Amino acid sequence: MNSVILRTAARVLLPLLVIFSIILLLRGHNVPGGGFVGGLLVASAVVLYAMAEGPRKARAIMRIDLQVLIGIGLLIGLAAGLIGVAAGEPFMAGLWFEFPAPGLGEIKVGTPLLFDIGVYVTVLAVCLHMILSLAEDA
Amino acid sequence: MIIGSIAIIALAALLAPWLHRWLGWRAGYVLALAPAAGFVYYARELMGVAEGRALVSTLEWLPELGVSLGFRVDGLSMLFCLLITGIGTFVLMYATPYMKDYALRGRFFSYLLGFMGSMLGLVVADNVILLFIFWELTSITSYLLIGFDHDRLAARKAALQALLTTGLGGLALLAGLILLATAAGTYEISRMGPISGDHPLYVGALVCILAGCFTKSAQFPFHYWLPNAMEAPSPVSAFLHSSTMVKAGVFLLAKLNPIMGETALWDTLLVGFGGFTMLFAAYLATRKTELKPVLAYSTVSSLGIITMLIGVGGTYGTLAAMGYLFAHALFKAALFLIAGIVVHATHEKNTEKLGGLARAMPFTALAAVVAGLSLAGAPPMLGFVGKELLLKAGLGSANAIPAIAIASVTGVAAALTVMAAFVVVWKPFFGRKPEHAGHAHDDAANNDDASNDHGHHGHGDHAPHEAPFTMWIGPITLGVLTILGALLPVYFVDAVVKSAAHDVLHNAAAIEPVARTVYEGTSLAAFDMLYISTPLLISLGALAVGLVLYVLRKPYRATTELLAPIDRVGPLRMYHWALDGVVALAKRQTRFLQNGSLPIYLRFVVTAMLVLVGVALLRTGGLGTLRNDLDDLGIVEGILVLMMIAAAYATTRQRSRLATIAILGIVGYAVALIFVLFGAPDVSMTQFAVETLTVVLFVLVVYHLPRFALFSNRATRLMDALIASVAGLAVGALVLASSAETSIAPISWYFNEHAYPAEGDPAGRHYAYGRNLVNVILVDFRSMDTLGEITVLGIAAIGVFTLLRLRPDREPFAEPTGAATFGADEPDHKRASQGEGERPHREGSA
Repeated sequence: MNSVILRTAARVLLPLLVIFSIILLLRGHNVPGGGFVGGLLVASAVVLYAMAEGPRKARAIMRIDLQVLIGIGLLIGLAAGLIGVAAGEPFMAGLWFEFPAPGLGEIKVGTPLLFDIGVYVTVLAVCLHMILSLAEDA
Repeated sequence: MIIGSIAIIALAALLAPWLHRWLGWRAGYVLALAPAAGFVYYARELMGVAEGRALVSTLEWLPELGVSLGFRVDGLSMLFCLLITGIGTFVLMYATPYMKDYALRGRFFSYLLGFMGSMLGLVVADNVILLFIFWELTSITSYLLIGFDHDRLAARKAALQALLTTGLGGLALLAGLILLATAAGTYEISRMGPISGDHPLYVGALVCILAGCFTKSAQFPFHYWLPNAMEAPSPVSAFLHSSTMVKAGVFLLAKLNPIMGETALWDTLLVGFGGFTMLFAAYLATRKTELKPVLAYSTVSSLGIITMLIGVGGTYGTLAAMGYLFAHALFKAALFLIAGIVVHATHEKNTEKLGGLARAMPFTALAAVVAGLSLAGAPPMLGFVGKELLLKAGLGSANAIPAIAIASVTGVAAALTVMAAFVVVWKPFFGRKPEHAGHAHDDAANNDDASNDHGHHGHGDHAPHEAPFTMWIGPITLGVLTILGALLPVYFVDAVVKSAAHDVLHNAAAIEPVARTVYEGTSLAAFDMLYISTPLLISLGALAVGLVLYVLRKPYRATTELLAPIDRVGPLRMYHWALDGVVALAKRQTRFLQNGSLPIYLRFVVTAMLVLVGVALLRTGGLGTLRNDLDDLGIVEGILVLMMIAAAYATTRQRSRLATIAILGIVGYAVALIFVLFGAPDVSMTQFAVETLTVVLFVLVVYHLPRFALFSNRATRLMDALIASVAGLAVGALVLASSAETSIAPISWYFNEHAYPAEGDPAGRHYAYGRNLVNVILVDFRSMDTLGEITVLGIAAIGVFTLLRLRPDREPFAEPTGAATFGADEPDHKRASQGEGERPHREGSA
């Protein structure tokens, strides 16, 4: 679609939506949000960009082959599960690590968060791969 | 450490492609270190195992299902571990220069090491489920190896044939192993006691397990896949058909002999099938003239011998089985490697066109002579020892099948094998080369770099030359071992063979270290067998007859050619008949169920769901149990519901697909709003995002569809409307019924209590430390499900991509078909069958 308004809007909205999706991802464990909806949000943002600039450019801004990205997402999810195994717990056991961060207080990082990141990456790559493939075909 | 030996090979398999990228073709030498390390480990443990201290290692896996990663190396497993890692090392060294010119050699080494690791896992697994998993892994990796030259139809066919045959046997094996474990009361082989033939599960387990073992070890009538599997590159043949793949079947027979082997049925089946396979395959081997087919059939014959010997049983039969197995692995690996060298150097497979290679390739010829003597069973080779033991065991057999029959059949098979040995060794290296095949011999100067030049030349226009060191060192070493082993068995053959035989003979659970004296007095030295006795006379007779047959091979082949029509009704014919039948059946049911019409698919799916849900609803008390406390619905919900109904109706009245999709979007967003109203923000957010992306997807798909046209008639539309309405009502009823259903205890309290530690909760409990219950369920409580789901998503995305890229009309040579040509007036059958909404029925067309 060749519209200056859409193109400008897409360019401004894209980074904002990505930031918003990361916020959704990180807060997801305690308040509404999470990797799945975060991934969908990024996908919609990039699809908006693809509408304005074309699917090829949309693939280009992803910098990484989406098919590879699917694999990376799944590997992150698998790794989150294997950390538990390495620690002698069952596969996929949730482990939490706390460490102090200057100025922020205690930061808690857990394997469920890592797993959620895997979900986030997989979902966004899957949606984009499907939609952009169809769009390129058109 | 047992796990470590498998892990290092698996790791090498993973790294192989990258190593090949970094190090070039020499990476194979580095990879050979992995099995070499395994070999060193097992060799160091050999004496301990021979004295009765089995290596054990256990890792809990699925304790609820009784599946643990139990590994155990007893004498029998040790024999196989040494063969797999030892021969595996030579095969990798050999394959490195052999596969030099293949672009995909990294992948090749990956498959080969993957196969090696699976095979090693198979022989050390103590749990039958674990054993089965490794068993299947060997089938899959061997499929990849046999079909490695996937550009050739023959290779693909052979690979599929091997996979289908051994895979089908594998399924039977799984059933058999489960029956066995049920009968024995344990899944650990080492804890199984002998099972009586009277046990109700015994015959079922026996038949299923034998089906698995016989397909894997290519026993008649499943022998056909093995010679076809020679389509694989030579290093693969050498590995798969000497010490691994095909030996898995006889390994399992040997392993289960103490448990299942005490019945006459077991003995008779093994001796019968094994004996017949031995004779029949030896005969088939003599009818072939090409190197690898002769070796392949002689391998089938040897497997028959081993199967038969396990059936013969007793202290002698068992010792003979293990001795022959060991000898066979060594000399057959050597012979396959040699065949590879010969074919590589001369580009000629037919032994009748080969001759006099001994001058050009002295080391290879030396190895060939030694290995060939072993195959022929000539003294003083290990092959001779194996055959003597075999004849003694046959003559002393107390089986239901008379000893004299076993011995005479063995004698005939031995004579035929001698002839085969002459064909593969004497003829190419020392025989006369036929005149017409003689090419101009290049001068020696041209040969200097020829050993580095294993490219795919036209037809051997260069003189044969010696292979590089790493290729002939394997066959030579293996050959020398078959001499040393026969002359000085005390150094390693005794420990390996006798302790293996001991474990095959006795119930492993009853082993005491002191009991290892069964074979104390039995000598395995070749010279101790050179006294006048019936076995020796049969042996010498076989050598003489074999030599005569070789000299008279032309009239012999002409005579046996008369029997060729028998081949046409053989098991291979049955295999093709069954395969074609399955394909035809699949085509027919696909045409019926998946004829390409989306309306028909929808009717099928929705009606099936209706029936299932309806039956379930009626059986749980019908519509009387529905909740009807709908009083708390307010005006907002009412408006949303009316909006949805109106939108749903509007979609059915549209002529424009784009409008339909947009209106359908209203339904989706209204549902999302309802989620908000009922306090499910997570679900609602996801619904909004999914709805948005779905509309985009729809729009993109619609772009490909032809213009909308109404093909259905009024009656069809009314029926569809009826099905749709009833389905909608049924789902509604289902939702109401399931929220009223209380017979199944809800588990949401568990999630609530374990999500986040609240005041006064016990401290020792495991918490997920998340307040958003939906998310905690997704990424913690039910994370296995989620992992499965995102995997499915990933596969689906790759599927979509592949379908779009590989569409037939995208082929460069396909007819150009632009979207504009797909008007409703010009229905295209191919497009219609690819998932378009309307079938090209014209009767109702406007």
